[in-house]
Amino acid sequence: MSTQATDKGRSDQESQHVRRPGELNARELARWGWRQLTSMRTALILLLLLALAAVPGSLIPQDGVDSLKADQWREAHTTLTPIYEKLGLFNVYSAPWFAAIYLLLMVSLVGCIIPRCLVYARAMRAQPPATPARLTRLPDSATYVTDEEPAEVLAAARKQLRGYRIRKDDDGDSVSAEKGYLREAGNLVFHMSLIIVLVAFATGSLFGYKGGVIVLVGEEYGFANEMSQYDDFKPGSLFAPEDLDDFSFKIDDFKAEWLGTGPGAGTARGFESNIRYTAGTDDEKKYDLKVNHPLTVGGTDVFLLAHGYAPVITVRDGEGNVAYSGPTVFLPQSQNLLSFGVVKAPYASPEEIGFQGLFYPFMGTVDGEPVNLMGDIGDGSNAMLSLQGFRGDLNLDAGPQSVYALDTSKAHMMSPDESGKAFNLRLGETAELPDGLGSVSFDDVQQWNRVQISKSPGKEWALLGVSLALVGLLGSLFIRSRRVWVRARRVDGRTLVEVAALDRSGGGDTASVVTDLVENLRGARTQEEKDV
Amino acid sequence: MSDHTWGVLSNQAITAAGVVYFLALLCALVEWSSWLSRAKATAATKELVGAGAPADEAVATDPADDVREYRAALFGRLSLMLTAIAVVCHLVALVARGMAADPNRVPWGNMYEFTISGSFVVAAAYVVLYRRLKLAWMAPWVLGFTVVVLMLAVVGLYEPVAPLTEALNSYWLVIHVIAAIIATGGFTLGGIASAAYLLKSRFPDATLLARVPELEALDRVSYRIHAFAFPVWTFGVLISGPIWAHDAWGSYWNWDPKEVWAFITWVVYAGYLHARATAGWKGKKAAIVALIGLATLWFNFIGINYFSSTSQHSYAAPAAPAVVELISQGASQ
Ligand code: HEM
Repeated sequence: MSTQATDKGRSDQESQHVRRPGELNARELARWGWRQLTSMRTALILLLLLALAAVPGSLIPQDGVDSLKADQWREAHTTLTPIYEKLGLFNVYSAPWFAAIYLLLMVSLVGCIIPRCLVYARAMRAQPPATPARLTRLPDSATYVTDEEPAEVLAAARKQLRGYRIRKDDDGDSVSAEKGYLREAGNLVFHMSLIIVLVAFATGSLFGYKGGVIVLVGEEYGFANEMSQYDDFKPGSLFAPEDLDDFSFKIDDFKAEWLGTGPGAGTARGFESNIRYTAGTDDEKKYDLKVNHPLTVGGTDVFLLAHGYAPVITVRDGEGNVAYSGPTVFLPQSQNLLSFGVVKAPYASPEEIGFQGLFYPFMGTVDGEPVNLMGDIGDGSNAMLSLQGFRGDLNLDAGPQSVYALDTSKAHMMSPDESGKAFNLRLGETAELPDGLGSVSFDDVQQWNRVQISKSPGKEWALLGVSLALVGLLGSLFIRSRRVWVRARRVDGRTLVEVAALDRSGGGDTASVVTDLVENLRGARTQEEKDV
Repeated sequence: MSDHTWGVLSNQAITAAGVVYFLALLCALVEWSSWLSRAKATAATKELVGAGAPADEAVATDPADDVREYRAALFGRLSLMLTAIAVVCHLVALVARGMAADPNRVPWGNMYEFTISGSFVVAAAYVVLYRRLKLAWMAPWVLGFTVVVLMLAVVGLYEPVAPLTEALNSYWLVIHVIAAIIATGGFTLGGIASAAYLLKSRFPDATLLARVPELEALDRVSYRIHAFAFPVWTFGVLISGPIWAHDAWGSYWNWDPKEVWAFITWVVYAGYLHARATAGWKGKKAAIVALIGLATLWFNFIGINYFSSTSQHSYAAPAAPAVVELISQGASQ
């Protein structure tokens, strides 16, 4: 009020420079902002905000998690997609707004932790605080009267308060004790470790990569760690191709244990790939690659993720030339490895030829319909390839196509005869194509493994960080931090003893600390009335 | 014993456990109602005696009260005993479930098994902490919860015993899931205390809540249970989970919906621990945050399995193996 009055009295010129009440200058504003940012309340709100911000990424398909689903979603929601793209909702966890929240949280954390470390360093060297004047004002306190000398009571109290730090220069009629200093240390370690985790995690996502490749089983195939060899490759934003570790491997053999009975019948477990690998200029080594048992070469991990069949198919064209030949990867559609695949023979003449269809590792019939009974191909005598044929333009000029999809928009279906059926081939069989277009044959079956190769630098640091965080957390949650005071003085010829305790950890049961201490101090000797 | 017999034993034991939990619940309700009538009587005598008179004395001398107290104590003890028996049956059911599989394994391959394991931890933790945290008041809540969940599991989620899918066949899985189940049980128990806190603070004088301890005690119990469950969850979700994911899927954190929600749960409970230490958030608001945490926890367990198709956590849908999905990703590129 009074400031306002003085303001009015000033000249207009002056009042331009004079602050109005409640107005802050830039420095004060910054300090105010910093205090707000590093307050507990802000930390709490940022935490809840982070939780909220993580939600959309679990409900909307993410490019980084399942790009196929994300693309399908985009196709199905044409109005929402541009908006979602703008908001980064297909990449929530690398979106700027998501980063803003956790970076703010980290800034808040640092701003909160550093001052607390300083306070802690001082507190470590300091004495417990002097005994408050009125102990009975504290929420948990007790008094009793005894005939012992005050000095005796206090000596007994010092003995009882084992494990406490006791104030040295106390005023003679009281004991001030404190324990649980490590609680705060635990809290600080926990919060600092979170920073280690974040930095390690960020390093991994920025400098690391993850890629997948399907490798055929056999001496003549294999993989060398070069970018061009990957089927799909997801690099971090700061990844450089030179970071690829130099190694190569071949899969000698692949074994799976097939379940013949029970609810899991027809599916496999116990996958194992026998591989030979060479790292850099080292000698060749052997390794058994299994699920949950990756191979580590340098900083790169190689994982066996899946397996399947690759029927060896040969297509001859109308002029008798081989237009397509080789093992063709078919992708499993279910656990029993009923698989889908595509063959493209664009250079066949006179017309382009394509096939798409199913591979049955072990076919049976139910009600006249073919069904796949299990994934175990056995000797191959029940394997069947059922292909739909197409002739004409496979539309390969229109742009890049997946090798697992056939564009039939400009092609015509062709069948072995008038019935319009598919070409059904047993192992070793050949079918003639209509109108002298050539033939297709199913020569052999090979196996493939899908392998994931990834490098996430800093993962050891992340593990170290969370482990430290856990240790700190345990300390912070379970070390009880409390202060206890005992005062004994002469009143009316007897000794009045006051005991009080203050819990600094929230959740502690100080009432029982007080009662226990009182009981121990009084021992069984005295029978005085105790008034709590 | 053959696998089949183990399977039958497991089913019978779970039924027995359900029935005994139900009996324990009935006893707990009798105890509760004895408290209720005592609280009502107290209120009535207070009114009769009038504001000035020493109501406490009047109540203490009411002979009907002794009977009520005796009855409450008797049924309270009976309820605890029955709960302990049911917990043992429940454990037998879990062990037998694991023995029924070939090869023998831990009993958490699917939702049914995860549900009966989770409810086991809730009930067992209640029995173990009964004395330490004075949980007698919680009996109807815990038992009601356990009975309902078991019923839902048996009716809605039952699945025959099947082997674990390959990726689940790892000792890191065992560690990870044990931690997740224990923390889930703990958070549920803590959530019950927080819910009781909210009810009690809303209706401080409700006779129906006479059995529930004072707000401060409720807050403390809730904190202590959460303080136990939080590090276990941290270990399960942020340490053993990523280690297993690294071995099984090739990267330790994939932002898979299940992981995302486990992280959300973790962050919300960190929020709860902060809230308890923040002026203006203590008490009621902290309890609400704890319940939000519980909601995210159970949504992750139930919701994600049904709503999300991209989760790699294949125990939710054993018929659609993660491998096929992964391969189809490759196919699109
Ligand atoms: C990355 C986000 C954070 C997480 C996950 C987190 C987690 C936790 C947890 C679990 C506790 C409980 C331990 C205990 O009760 O002693 C805690 C306590 C605490 N946190 Fe954080 N925290 C975060 C950020 C922050 C920030 C930004 C601040 C500073 C403003 C902060 C200040 C504190 C303080 C002062 C305590 C001790 C509370 C007490 O006295 O009991 N935290 N935090």
